[in-house]
Amino acid sequence: MRKIKSSIIVEEVAKLCIDANCNLSSSIYNGYKEAKLKERDKLSKDVLEILIENADIAKNEQKPICQDTGMAVVFIEMGNKVVIEGDLLEVAINKGVAKGYEEGYLRKSVVKDPIRRENTKDNTPAVIHYNIVEGDKLKIVVAPKGFGSENMSALKMLMPSDGMEGVKDVIINTVKNAGANPCPPIIVGVGIGGTMEKSALLAKEALLREVGESNKDDYWKSVEEEMLQKINKLNIGVGGFGGMTTALSVNINTYPTHIAGLPVAVNIGCHVTRHSEIIL
Amino acid sequence: MKIKTPLSNEDAKKLKLSEMVYITGYIYTLRDAGHKKLVEMIEKGEKMPFDFEGNIMYYAGPCPNKPNEVIGSIGPTTSIRMDKYSPTLIKEGLKFMIGKGYRNDEVNETIDNCDGIYFVAIGGAAAKMSKCVKSVEIIAFEELGTEALRKLYVEDLPVVVATNCSGETIY
Ligand code: SF4
Repeated sequence: MRKIKSSIIVEEVAKLCIDANCNLSSSIYNGYKEAKLKERDKLSKDVLEILIENADIAKNEQKPICQDTGMAVVFIEMGNKVVIEGDLLEVAINKGVAKGYEEGYLRKSVVKDPIRRENTKDNTPAVIHYNIVEGDKLKIVVAPKGFGSENMSALKMLMPSDGMEGVKDVIINTVKNAGANPCPPIIVGVGIGGTMEKSALLAKEALLREVGESNKDDYWKSVEEEMLQKINKLNIGVGGFGGMTTALSVNINTYPTHIAGLPVAVNIGCHVTRHSEIIL
Repeated sequence: MKIKTPLSNEDAKKLKLSEMVYITGYIYTLRDAGHKKLVEMIEKGEKMPFDFEGNIMYYAGPCPNKPNEVIGSIGPTTSIRMDKYSPTLIKEGLKFMIGKGYRNDEVNETIDNCDGIYFVAIGGAAAKMSKCVKSVEIIAFEELGTEALRKLYVEDLPVVVATNCSGETIY
């Protein structure tokens, strides 16, 4: 068995929280640049230029790209030959989140109870998803999720007879309904299949994909491309001011499902869809 | 186009739909939790923490500032969460707001009736916008942390006219 000290996990999670919030992924940054070349409208170009400048300032000064530094969503892939020494993994992750949000001057946006709404003051707890895999490594992905875009997400339990057309309608309608709220250009994460919660998780995981990376299955790849084209004709545009750049990417993940079901989840990610990862 | 706060009605009328406007002067930040408090104060007949006349409310809650910074990153939050409270504030004299995304019909109508303006800032451009802030002071609801009512002095804060004085809107 390979032993990993929990104190190392605390440090790494803290660093990942800061890194994800201050350094925009290069695939999204390049997405802004390409969109700026394509856009014809002056306002869209100006807004994209502001987004590029914003990402540069954030990186140079190591300050958050966006003030909504999100709720920390953490994906763990733990090798079956790894043991954690010290704190429980969950405790270590939350200690790391608290440390990162404090030391990185990130906004604490988490409330203890959904109705009574008292701020926990350290942005914990994180939402953690665990996966056990073969091997002796520990992979940690921190994906801080802002709620301007999270709030515009949707989940529908379709009937199998609704088919591909039904799925496409859910995707397009969710994006239409979101309008300018999720800070376009957006990344559209789609989860199809599994059970209700599985489809939501698939959609969330789809947001971890880099812009430009397609589904490995040609059938789904072509659906992604078609949806991206259709979404970019909705004229929502950068910042919601119209134009041809509403989304940078549509990422679909699928899973086997029940003979009676067709769950579809659409998780909207904004133009600062973030994640940072490390393999220990 | 550049504008100064407090914004006069004549200047407001000059602003065109979907025009980029650069604001200089004092503006006030508040989010939903603070809106709820203001509405409760109005119901009790209490005095507002700042004069609404000509002033602009910005729907935003900043990140904490580093020791060498005036303010942390500060971009707009989604305006529809304020829609429940905005008509009450607008009737109290608040005419100019900055947020992100569409408003409901009732808010659009109240903005139209008072010749107000709804600006949108660029969602997510929060590091850039923090550079426009030259001073900050908490003037109410300190206990709300990031959601406190802050008075900011801004220089050339970029926003876009989303609903103009004639009630036209880009959404
Ligand atoms: S949706 Fe994204 S870019 Fe917009 S305010 Fe939220 S975190 Fe920031």
